Amino acid sequence: MTFNRRQFLGRAGGAAAALGLSAPAVLGQGKPRVVIVGGGAGGATAARYLAKDSKGAIDVTLIEPTRTYYTCFFSNLYMAGFKSLSDIAHSYGTLAADYGVNVIHDWAVGVDREARTVSLAGGAVLPYDKLILSPGIDFVDGAVPGWDITAQNRMPHAYKAGSQSELLRAQIQAMPQGGTYAMVAPPNPFRCPPGPYERVSMVAHMLKQSNPTAKILVADPKPKFSKMALFQEGWGTHYDGMIDWIGPDFGGADVAVNPDVMTVTIDGEETAVDVCNVIPAMKAGRIAEMAGVTDGNWAPVNAADMSSKLDPDIYVLGDASQQGDMPKSGFSANSQAKVCAMAVRGALTGSKVFPAKFSNTCWSLIDTDDGVKVGATYEATPEKIAKVDGFISQTGESGDLRKATYQESLGWYAGITADMFG
Amino acid sequence: MNAALRSFSLVVALMTGATAVHATEALGDAQAGQAVFAQCKGCHQVGAGARNRIGPHLNNVFGRKAAGLEGFKYSKSLTRAGANGVEWHADTLSAYVENPRAFASGTRMSFAGLKDPQQRADLIAFLRGFSDNPADIPEADPTARGTDHDVDPAILAIQGDPEYGAYLSSECTTCHQVDGGDQGIPSIVFWPTEDFVIAMQAYKGQRRPHPVMQMIAGRLSDEEIAALAAYFADPG
Repeated sequence: MTFNRRQFLGRAGGAAAALGLSAPAVLGQGKPRVVIVGGGAGGATAARYLAKDSKGAIDVTLIEPTRTYYTCFFSNLYMAGFKSLSDIAHSYGTLAADYGVNVIHDWAVGVDREARTVSLAGGAVLPYDKLILSPGIDFVDGAVPGWDITAQNRMPHAYKAGSQSELLRAQIQAMPQGGTYAMVAPPNPFRCPPGPYERVSMVAHMLKQSNPTAKILVADPKPKFSKMALFQEGWGTHYDGMIDWIGPDFGGADVAVNPDVMTVTIDGEETAVDVCNVIPAMKAGRIAEMAGVTDGNWAPVNAADMSSKLDPDIYVLGDASQQGDMPKSGFSANSQAKVCAMAVRGALTGSKVFPAKFSNTCWSLIDTDDGVKVGATYEATPEKIAKVDGFISQTGESGDLRKATYQESLGWYAGITADMFG
Repeated sequence: MNAALRSFSLVVALMTGATAVHATEALGDAQAGQAVFAQCKGCHQVGAGARNRIGPHLNNVFGRKAAGLEGFKYSKSLTRAGANGVEWHADTLSAYVENPRAFASGTRMSFAGLKDPQQRADLIAFLRGFSDNPADIPEADPTARGTDHDVDPAILAIQGDPEYGAYLSSECTTCHQVDGGDQGIPSIVFWPTEDFVIAMQAYKGQRRPHPVMQMIAGRLSDEEIAALAAYFADPG
């Protein structure tokens, strides 16, 4: 038996009236509803795939406060002038116009898991059948003594792209000759493991041209970091003597800052600096905590579908999730979003669900045409997302290969942003 | 304007000299061009029995409208160029081969470009030999198959499930654009399924060198590769 929509609504309404019952939310709307919080590599990808693959059978709402999204990936390249700000800026118009995603520019400020609703700062309350949280990161309070969010103009983090990236670039350009740029690097786990070190490379690239006697000081609580051998080789080749990396053996974990007088104190020794880039310890974006799906700083999820271990109707993607072996990267979030979208669509419409596959590659630029990469593939196990296989660029590679790797990263950027925003 | 310019240069060519044969010689050294064509033959065939593979065959390309070969799926950019009157002649071919994406921004021809004008002239002279009229095409085998391989015919015979391929493709489209756009990472859409399978099996067997592709292909089963080939042959 088939009904057209009018007949179906008529019958459903009539039945509800006859029985004196209100229809369940799903039936009353005629379509299952998915609400997605956060329009980055996780959320935008999930929205696009759910809308595209369900062909209108699922009502997809995306909540993202900013109208223009600046990708964190490639924001270091913006800082060094390899990309313009508009190159890393994206809007949600295509998701709305071509895919039918209901894009709401507002902040999600609460989740009622009993009622299955999300409340927005603007006052709206949105019901959901499945909720996908992809809120990225927030910073841990008190992580770096002397720094809090009110100091982010004097000591920028530039770890959420946009105005912070512009600010840090301007501060580096305004450094006096022979001045000092300091970075306070974050402890594990954090967004974009090679990010701080690509940042250091890009800052060195800028200073080498405009301010060659300037110094770069990095205080790091970690004894090892992503692509360490590749970065250190590149720093020696391109920026010899400019970068002083202080690991925990030399007090890199014992750091305080004073934004009022622009000093950094490492292992008890105070240094006056001109620019101080504080990248504090991170945690899941606040809405994950408000929804009650975090355990500690992050939101644990099941590897097979990215569903929260604390609520089967909530899924957590990307940086905010605690999933196992994948790094917190845009590529990972995009990969997880596609697995999640397939699982959510399967749960709501009965579509076929294939086994989860995940992958990640992180490209970094060390200097002009000197690109490196690290990547891996992953599978879902009952415990976690587990690494299957991986690769990394090698030290001593030819200039041609490094250039090809950089070119590849440009292609990847075009690919992933098309995959996210349509 | 391009078309007008081309007609003008054609007129000049005819005035300054002679028959099409002489014009061929003036273009460059066809024998040297055969060596240059080695860069093209991974995707393009030319000569007797040449067929469309990843790229269209290049027999009789001279005088053909851009995107003018029936049965080959061209990019929107090249189709638009053809609709705007672009025809393949020495000048347009040279401009296209010099910088494909400058000529047609959305072309699926994954080729960085041939910057040396002499090499372009030689290549065009070589191709010219397969064009004038079909009788000029040698009876010999095509100069290029582009698909030398030792993939088990049983693997090539697997009929892929495009629906499964569509799901698996999400792993590819993080880097490869499904609209065929190509910038640093090659286009993989509208390939003949056999070529797709051969390429992926070469990565899986580590006979092609790229580490990302070796890793991705390494964990795909033969059925999954066939499914991807089926999907990308016509991703809709």
